[in-house]
Amino acid sequence: MEAGLGLLHHTLTTTLATVIDVAPIVVILFGFQFVVLRKRPPNLKKILIGFVYVLAGLSLFLVGLEEALFPLGETMAAQLTAPAFIYGPGGGGGGEHFSHWYDYFWVYVFAAAIGFATTVAEPSLIAVALKAENISGGAVNAFGLRMAVAVGVAAGVALGAFRIVTGTPLPFYITAGYVVVILQTMRASKTIIPLAYDSGGVTTSTVTVPVVTALGLGLASTIPGRSPLIDGFGLIAFASLFPIMAVLGYASLMFWWRRRRDVGGKSTNADGGEDRT
Amino acid sequence: MTLVPRRLLRLLLDASRDLLPIMLVIAFFQVVVLQQPFPSLGGVAAGSLLVILGLALFVQGLEMGLFPLGEAMADAFARKGNLTALLTFAFCLGFGTTVAEPALIAVAGKAAAAASEAGAIADSGEARGTYTLYLRLTVACSVGTALVLGVFRILKGWPIQYLIVGGYLLVVALTFFAPPGIVGIAYDAGGVTTSTITVPLVTALGVGLAGSIRGRNVMVDGFGLIALASLTPMIFVLILGMVA
Repeated sequence: MEAGLGLLHHTLTTTLATVIDVAPIVVILFGFQFVVLRKRPPNLKKILIGFVYVLAGLSLFLVGLEEALFPLGETMAAQLTAPAFIYGPGGGGGGEHFSHWYDYFWVYVFAAAIGFATTVAEPSLIAVALKAENISGGAVNAFGLRMAVAVGVAAGVALGAFRIVTGTPLPFYITAGYVVVILQTMRASKTIIPLAYDSGGVTTSTVTVPVVTALGLGLASTIPGRSPLIDGFGLIAFASLFPIMAVLGYASLMFWWRRRRDVGGKSTNADGGEDRT
Repeated sequence: MTLVPRRLLRLLLDASRDLLPIMLVIAFFQVVVLQQPFPSLGGVAAGSLLVILGLALFVQGLEMGLFPLGEAMADAFARKGNLTALLTFAFCLGFGTTVAEPALIAVAGKAAAAASEAGAIADSGEARGTYTLYLRLTVACSVGTALVLGVFRILKGWPIQYLIVGGYLLVVALTFFAPPGIVGIAYDAGGVTTSTITVPLVTALGVGLAGSIRGRNVMVDGFGLIALASLTPMIFVLILGMVA
């Protein structure tokens, strides 16, 4: 009973918070719509219902995450980076520990797994993937695109955790990443480049940021000699950079695979679209 | 009505599939790696149900509300042909959606706490508040600028990669001169700015503009606004770190 009331209270406060977050957007949209454009958008009623759906959906989504998953995710990030777990029971006493980067094996696995899993559930990525599939007439597969982005985030967050453990400077990694992206861009098809760049920005919003930030700050405060200010941040940057590489790579792979299949002469399927859910 | 049962079922199934990996990861680490009991199964189940329902509603609302509105507005601006109004709208949209963005407020707050612990700013509530506010305003201005630049690019048909690669070079150059404490925050600021409601709107705006202007390709010119909105915050925050 009390839990039910608490959930109701949480739902109401979250809905209110979401409405307040969205208020500036609504004011800007409708302000320009009626003052500058001076034209009613077509299907205004349907659009308003859609807005209500988005607000209600996002609120329920956040309440569910905060009730069930975030506390677990954040606690786990803290437990996995705690000295007692990393050095084994009885360890973590004096500052004598000579820890190797491979002592943190489970941290990397967790970083990759949680990066992948949160990206799959990221609503803004779902939105962009849907749009891309629609306007490309199915040439871009929404599910494939999201998987590629999720693999990119997984690799990025794991490497980011490795960087915090080893304490190597963030700019080296990011600069090297930029070089790879530039090289890939030079070879990539013109139609995929903007979408690939966009996928970097959409990966990290509602779901990924809280868990990944907790992981980074937890790691930086556990490991001796790391400062949360210098080393704790930067995981999000990895999670935004690696999907670009993953999507560009996925596109080249698909291109190569289709050409190989077509040269093989087995399929004369002109649009080359493959059926997947 | 609009939400026929079959479509609803399909949306709920998709949402469950999207949530499944998180559940598996958490269960695996909780039980196998950390070897701790799975806490309050009822609470987790109730939360997951809400998440699934929420995602399904969100996706339905996107296609009914946010996408059509973004495209209709882009089309109306293109017909009106008033460049100043369009660019003002782009700036307001970027600034307005970012300044109140919860992910940004959270990261800015953590950045202020970390900065005062490290002694970069005074250890008082007031100093931290000012720091947080400056950071938020800087990032909001940068996203506004990004959308103005991105809309202008769509109108002109410039290839996105020149802007992005140019931006990368600027980030790398600024990193050399910025104090080390700001670098991590600056790099992360790029990732947290694009919220769940902004992304669909901005994407629809870009795609709608590219579709309304003769000679523009929706795939080549329509995407790219989000990429710019993730890049400029890094540049602006690095500059903030240098002047502050």
